[in-house]
Amino acid sequence: MAESEQASRRMSLGHDDVLRWIRAFGTEVDANKEQLTQLDAAVGDGDHGINMQRGMSAVLVKVDAAGEEQDIGALLKTVGMTLVSTVGGAGGPLYGTLFLQMGMAVAGKDELSPDDWAAALEAGIAGVQARGKAEPGDKTMIDALIPGRDALKAALAGGASFEDALRQSADAAGQGMRDTVPLVARKGRASYLGERSAGHQDPGATSSHLLLEAAAETWGEPEQTG
Amino acid sequence: MKKLINKPEDVVTEELQGIAAAHADLVRVQFNPHVIVRADAPVQGKVGLVSGGGSGHEPMHGGFVGPGMLDAACPGEVFTSPTPDQMLDATKAVNGGAGVLHIVKNYTGDVMNFEMAAELAGGESIEVQAVVIDDDVAVQDSLYTAGRRGVGTTVLAEKICGAAAEEGRPLAEVADLCRKVNANGRSMGMALTSCIVPAAGKPTFELGDDEMEIGIGIHGEPGRERMKLAPASEIVEKLAVPIVEDLPFESGDQVLAFVNGMGGTPLIELYVIYNDLTKLLDGRGITITRNLIGPYITSLEMAGCSITLLKLDDELTRLWDAPVKTAGLRWAA
Ligand SMILES: Nc1ncnc2c1ncn2[C@@H]1O[C@H](COP(=O)(O)OP(=O)(O)OP(=O)(O)O)[C@@H](O)[C@H]1O
Ligand SMILES: [Mg+2]
Repeated sequence: MAESEQASRRMSLGHDDVLRWIRAFGTEVDANKEQLTQLDAAVGDGDHGINMQRGMSAVLVKVDAAGEEQDIGALLKTVGMTLVSTVGGAGGPLYGTLFLQMGMAVAGKDELSPDDWAAALEAGIAGVQARGKAEPGDKTMIDALIPGRDALKAALAGGASFEDALRQSADAAGQGMRDTVPLVARKGRASYLGERSAGHQDPGATSSHLLLEAAAETWGEPEQTG
Repeated sequence: MKKLINKPEDVVTEELQGIAAAHADLVRVQFNPHVIVRADAPVQGKVGLVSGGGSGHEPMHGGFVGPGMLDAACPGEVFTSPTPDQMLDATKAVNGGAGVLHIVKNYTGDVMNFEMAAELAGGESIEVQAVVIDDDVAVQDSLYTAGRRGVGTTVLAEKICGAAAEEGRPLAEVADLCRKVNANGRSMGMALTSCIVPAAGKPTFELGDDEMEIGIGIHGEPGRERMKLAPASEIVEKLAVPIVEDLPFESGDQVLAFVNGMGGTPLIELYVIYNDLTKLLDGRGITITRNLIGPYITSLEMAGCSITLLKLDDELTRLWDAPVKTAGLRWAA
């Protein structure tokens, strides 16, 4: 038992792992399309689930067609470009930029260490903030992503295994997502509501939590061997 | 959901096919990605005007493509901003060497996608300026938020800037003019019913039979307050007073009054609203010298209306009167 536990310690991510994460995110978006749309109907225009699903199904077609020739950076950039050109709305440029910047941060790599993953996430989030100008507390996807990033970095710095760090990252994103409920939106469509935006969970923070949850679930399970 | 559609996911494409078939004399429609371009684009030496936004607001924007108004429109999915590749294609298609003006409604998605498109166009050495329309007084304006939405003034800006571009005025001037229209236009809307996004299949929000929503956006975003239904005269007060006080419009001003239908409200009711609006403005010494009444910036089948006032001067009046030939707005000199 101890031996197999040892064997399951994940030290790096390959092209395949990243692809599995992207697929898992697509599956999560599919499964939660209704919820994302409901949340957006309460504070926005009711299209976030539909937008993200349209984008992720296009992404899955694209990455299947691209095959395995690409390095991980190129793979992430393909995801970003596809989202930019298919999602529209705020989600398109924001999620597109997230993946594009992640891809730039790991350009040319065929393998990602836990620190590479943290650096990619950090670069992606910086891109989202440069594009959307949102700060923590504005009731946006940033409110899930930043706690997720910070928990990941803190856990890795504290010597946690990659699996544990990913789990803590996803949990922190989940907490950040729930913490958007009482906030008054200062960015995006929800801000038009003023005080009436309080009391609702932000749809973008919800999909961002799914993104980090998909990473924890995909890469947290024991590594497939032989 | 009761709609005249085939499949929800095909609505926008099939609408565009219909537009292409109906208005081949005015526009050509490109399908991958979706762009509606003036039939004779690019017009050499003329500033190109591009706008775009989610579908579901017809005739805006595709119905405003043609001589005297837009050179291209980028239709997104229903109520969803179009994407940068659409805007880049549109920009390239209408660039006649004098640069391209992007007229952008102030929604986070539209603004960010147009920004990405302008960056891409810059990379291809096309001069692009963007003007963001933010005229909806229902939204509190603040530096720290997304700011006011772009609504009715967009239609007026597209018409007026289209006329200026047709006269051969340079990009910087057309952009300044667009900012001037935005600075002098104010709007506010209301809804009697919700609308149904085809892909969602059910109403975006619920309104009781005896309720209305004041300050509604054009995408079914809830407004600022919900209240008991009131007579048209009171609704006009609820909309027009905040508009008048915001600019402010003052005694002696001449205005263009635009009473817009949200898609599900008949003209008979829009004229009732217009009548009450003339009385209210009369009482404040404001003179309506031009008007536009009808469904021009709609929200699918939503019942309701919006009011836009634009303070006019001789220049704006002359450009408003200039000929226009589009599917949605058309008059001769
Ligand atoms: N400036 C911003 N920065 C970061 N995230 C943002 C910003 N504005 C909006 N968001 C996120 O985007 C989410 C909404 O995404 P969605 O896909 O529904 O776009 P949208 O606002 O409906 O776009 P569109 O305006 O074209 O319809 C929000 O829940 C919020 O998390
Ligand atoms: Mg939305």
